[in-house]
Amino acid sequence: MPSRGTGITRGRWSWPTRWSKPTSGWALKTAPGPLALGQLLLLYIMDIMDAVPAIDVQHLRKEFGGKVAVADLTLTVERGEVFGFLGPNGAGKTTSIKMLLGLIGPTAGKGQVLGVPLGVPRGREKIGFLPEHFRFHDWLKADEFLQLHADLYRMPRAVSRRRIPELLDLVGLCEHADKKLHTFSKGMLQRIGLAQALLNEPALVLLDEPTSGLDPVGRRLVRDIIRDLRERGTTVFLNSHLLSEVEITCDRVAFIKKGEVIYTSALQSLVEGELTVQIRAHRPDGMDGMRWEGVLAGLERWSTNVRVDGEHIALTLLGEADLPAINRYLVERGAQVYALTPQKLSLEDLFIQIVGTEGGL
Amino acid sequence: MQQVGTLVISRLTFREAARRKILLGALLLGITFLVVYGLGIYFIQQDLAKHGQNLQRVVAVPIYNFLVLSGLYVVNFLTLALTVLTSVDTISGEIDSGTIHTLAAKPIHRWEIVIGKWLGFAAMLTIYLVLMAGGVIGLTRLITGYTLPNVPRGLALMWLNELLLLDVTLLGGTQLSTLANGVLVFAAYGVAFIGGWIEQIGAFLGNQTTVVIGILASLLMPSEALWKRAAFEMRTVLADAVGPNPFISTLSVPSLMMVGYAVLYAAVALTLVVWNFGRRDL
Repeated sequence: MPSRGTGITRGRWSWPTRWSKPTSGWALKTAPGPLALGQLLLLYIMDIMDAVPAIDVQHLRKEFGGKVAVADLTLTVERGEVFGFLGPNGAGKTTSIKMLLGLIGPTAGKGQVLGVPLGVPRGREKIGFLPEHFRFHDWLKADEFLQLHADLYRMPRAVSRRRIPELLDLVGLCEHADKKLHTFSKGMLQRIGLAQALLNEPALVLLDEPTSGLDPVGRRLVRDIIRDLRERGTTVFLNSHLLSEVEITCDRVAFIKKGEVIYTSALQSLVEGELTVQIRAHRPDGMDGMRWEGVLAGLERWSTNVRVDGEHIALTLLGEADLPAINRYLVERGAQVYALTPQKLSLEDLFIQIVGTEGGL
Repeated sequence: MQQVGTLVISRLTFREAARRKILLGALLLGITFLVVYGLGIYFIQQDLAKHGQNLQRVVAVPIYNFLVLSGLYVVNFLTLALTVLTSVDTISGEIDSGTIHTLAAKPIHRWEIVIGKWLGFAAMLTIYLVLMAGGVIGLTRLITGYTLPNVPRGLALMWLNELLLLDVTLLGGTQLSTLANGVLVFAAYGVAFIGGWIEQIGAFLGNQTTVVIGILASLLMPSEALWKRAAFEMRTVLADAVGPNPFISTLSVPSLMMVGYAVLYAAVALTLVVWNFGRRDL
């Protein structure tokens, strides 16, 4: 099972490593022959063994009548990753996701999704997609809507009859199965849209701003579903500008600005480093103010920046390693500690640092 | 059972069209029309029956023929309006609203969406055409005993006309907004209509130039030519004696070549829909 931050440690997939990768004995022990057929067979084997990355695109570019929407998108997303695709409004996130789905043809560049070149319908067999605005054929009932999309996945009726109630249950819409979609609230539409994106037990799920404009319950659902998908080893590609969501759910993030990936990193390493600790502690009964100030001054051995405001104390640390020692120090001196909260540099701060403040304008 | 994308989309399209008020309206209007038509033909038949058998043959047959064809002309127009109005926003509308995204992101080809939609609308217009034309021809037969000649051939031409307009409407939908598309299709139909008339009057006056203008208009949009050919096929020879009338033209009959051209026109239009939609960004 992939864990947070595995993406950056895994090598970027490339041809040489692919041929020599010792996956299944017989086909791979020998160097690639000149036979195209053999190579194709090998590709097929690699494909079914999930060895090709979920998404691998190079230099994708899209212009709309001379206006550049995506300048140069090169991106690799490994299988099983939860990948956050971040950027200000108008950075080209939706255009990028549409190129991955073949909804938009790139002006230049190439790539593959689940081992199939962009734009080939077969490549979408194992993709689930939730578009940004959840606009569906709203005259259909919820179960009819799912049946329609199951049919489009060419799912046998025997399978879809089992799968549809399961998914309605997963998104909490069982009681609304025979209600028409135009009676649904935005949150319910998002739920049914998610169910639609999971119908085919996808290997890759693309979610375009799945939580924008939703209430906390809806966001929670998306988060839970993403966590569930991660546990099953499903790759999730999440387009979002709601950074707190990404912070909670993603293994790895890419920042996009003006249609170009400007920074890619495992989330773990991204938010590691400097942190602020908020402490709420009372002076112990019977201790005089002078001694208490001495105790607080003692905190400076861990931090050069100690701010005190009544019972609130804030220190800046270089890492979390000192937290237990700080706690012990305070408790041993009789302080009544009510809270000790480490606050990492938020993704939002990073976003501003990396993308700049002019983004979105 | 495994389904192919085309059939899934065609069923969706048919269901979507069927649930619209426009189809209900067209059906109610159609029934009203058939009632009026039936009553009219009943009273005319009552009147003509007072006269002798010989008069029946000479006068009644052209009158019945004229009535059936004028009825079919209305059917032709109603089906056409239904076809255009239901299909005008099926592509542009789905692109605007974004409902197309979840469809086109499925493992199906773009052409399956186009052909599926085409089949759905074709099924709808065929059913409507058969019901309405069958109603007109059947009522006439029932009330007067008059049998219209060459019905299969005439209906096939009318059907081709509707399919052609469907193709043109779908083609507009891949390029234009819904409103622009609707306006354009009806304008093209208007050009064909007036062109047809200019051609008839030109032929009546022996003016070759106007006939050429009419033919050019038909080349631009062969829909009126198809109707004129259909009416020509289903006319009674006796009607020729009555002289020119709005629904049957014997002066300048669209040739079979024009019919062939219309078939080609429709096929090319549908191919262009597939091609346009296939390479369009959604």
